[in-house]
Amino acid sequence: MIPGSRRARLGWVDAAVLSAVVVALGYVFHRVDAVLEYRWDWSAIPNSLYRWDEETGRWVPNLLMQGFFTTIRLAILSMVPAALFGAVFGVLRTAGRLFPRLLSRTYVELIRNIPPLVFIFIFYFFISSQIMPILGVEDFVRGASPATLRSLELVFGPAALIPNVISGVICLAMFQGAYMTEIVRAGIQSVPKTQTEAGLSIGLSRWELWRRVILPQALRRVIPPLAGQFITLVKDSSILSLISIQELTFLAMETAVSTTRVFEVWISVAGLYFCLCYLLSLAFDRLERNAAAARA
Amino acid sequence: MERLTPVEPLIELDGVSKWFGAFQVLRDVHLRVAEGERIVICGPSGSGKSTLIRCINRLEEHQEGRVVFAGRELGADTADLTEVRREIGMVFQEFNLFPHLTVLENCMLGPVRVLGMTPADARERAMEFLGRVRIPEQARKHPAQLSGGQQQRAAIARSLCMRPRVMLFDEPTSALDPVMIKEVLDVMNDLAQSGMTMIVVTHEMGFARTVADRVAYMDEGSIVECLPPDRFFANPADERTKRFLSQIL
Repeated sequence: MIPGSRRARLGWVDAAVLSAVVVALGYVFHRVDAVLEYRWDWSAIPNSLYRWDEETGRWVPNLLMQGFFTTIRLAILSMVPAALFGAVFGVLRTAGRLFPRLLSRTYVELIRNIPPLVFIFIFYFFISSQIMPILGVEDFVRGASPATLRSLELVFGPAALIPNVISGVICLAMFQGAYMTEIVRAGIQSVPKTQTEAGLSIGLSRWELWRRVILPQALRRVIPPLAGQFITLVKDSSILSLISIQELTFLAMETAVSTTRVFEVWISVAGLYFCLCYLLSLAFDRLERNAAAARA
Repeated sequence: MERLTPVEPLIELDGVSKWFGAFQVLRDVHLRVAEGERIVICGPSGSGKSTLIRCINRLEEHQEGRVVFAGRELGADTADLTEVRREIGMVFQEFNLFPHLTVLENCMLGPVRVLGMTPADARERAMEFLGRVRIPEQARKHPAQLSGGQQQRAAIARSLCMRPRVMLFDEPTSALDPVMIKEVLDVMNDLAQSGMTMIVVTHEMGFARTVADRVAYMDEGSIVECLPPDRFFANPADERTKRFLSQIL
């Protein structure tokens, strides 16, 4: 929509809707206040975010912020392989030969038709526990020099949790990649066949045709749905808590138990997720506008 | 590559047949096109004209007969089709420019990526041909910003930048309004003057009369007759050609 193309004026329908929402919210607050008889106590929250460390004499992140940072790491780290899975399998999905098509179709259908939670359990118990030792991540971390360890910690978080974070990343990327595969496939198939014909008739090789003609057009079309999928990825990272990946939701459960302030903790956590995802959607909006401006 | 003797045609279609499922689109088509020759193919829609020229650069695969370009037979085992396709320019009814590239980039893509030219050389060549189709000032624009006639001329320039040995035109003016048709036909006329080998599927009988060396009439997948334009228009042998001409002229 073009900014300023519509006047921001409140019509009577808007006013009616708005007052209905206010009344509904008021009622909920009233129920919570009068009927639930819950004693709100937010005093435990700041300390769950940051705590004073006597040893170093500094403020350090406590459980909630540690979890928040892990969630951000998980999100950023899994975006790359998820996008890679999406791109590779998305291209295979449109291949002329049967085998690649079958392969990526199997991947997509297998993951799309299993609830993420169930997939994560299966992945964790049967795959992650088998693969991680083979990769030798733990040994690598243990044997790493202090300098390497510092940069590893910058990327993956606390050293003790690196294998934990990596299996979270692989898992998240695997199942988000399946959804991205479908988005990429739709993007590729939206490029008309005549573009292929035009490319072939100037003698482009298959590779150059993909690289110069089809993918650039397909990717432009999939930026908005891919952005949406990235935000879904951030939110879905919360189910990794169930396989003990120590991200925000997992540590929130711990905090809720240890402080006994269940509602306060979860509302704070909701706020943290919202901030992160909202920032992301603002960033993607800007990216989209820039892409659109570059085309015009 | 074999050396060509002058008598050998640049393009030879020998008994070419093709089916889309059970429907036969091409029936035993024979056509020999010499270097420098200009052939116009006309006929009712669905007669297989487009399919025929699309078999020449193998955008469509024929099932029987032989398609030979410059001594190389095109088939499933043709080692490198891109080698052949780079020498065959193709202009489509709907232009099919690459919408994400500027006109200049459209023209440079082939020379840089296929012929391995440096961007500077490719740009120079692209500007030369954009000048020849009379739209050098549109070079920096994207296709969507151009009129249909300009887009089609850009598409012609894109093909010419590969310095092809033959140009195939698949109803190049059918998607255009009359003013733009003239722009495109003028460019095609110039091209014919320069000695380019051309095979043109079109309903523009004026173009056929003035430019073509031979005019072929196709009906139901076969070439009914193929004559020089004066004889084709004045004295066609086949009843179907006569009926077609009386409808179109």
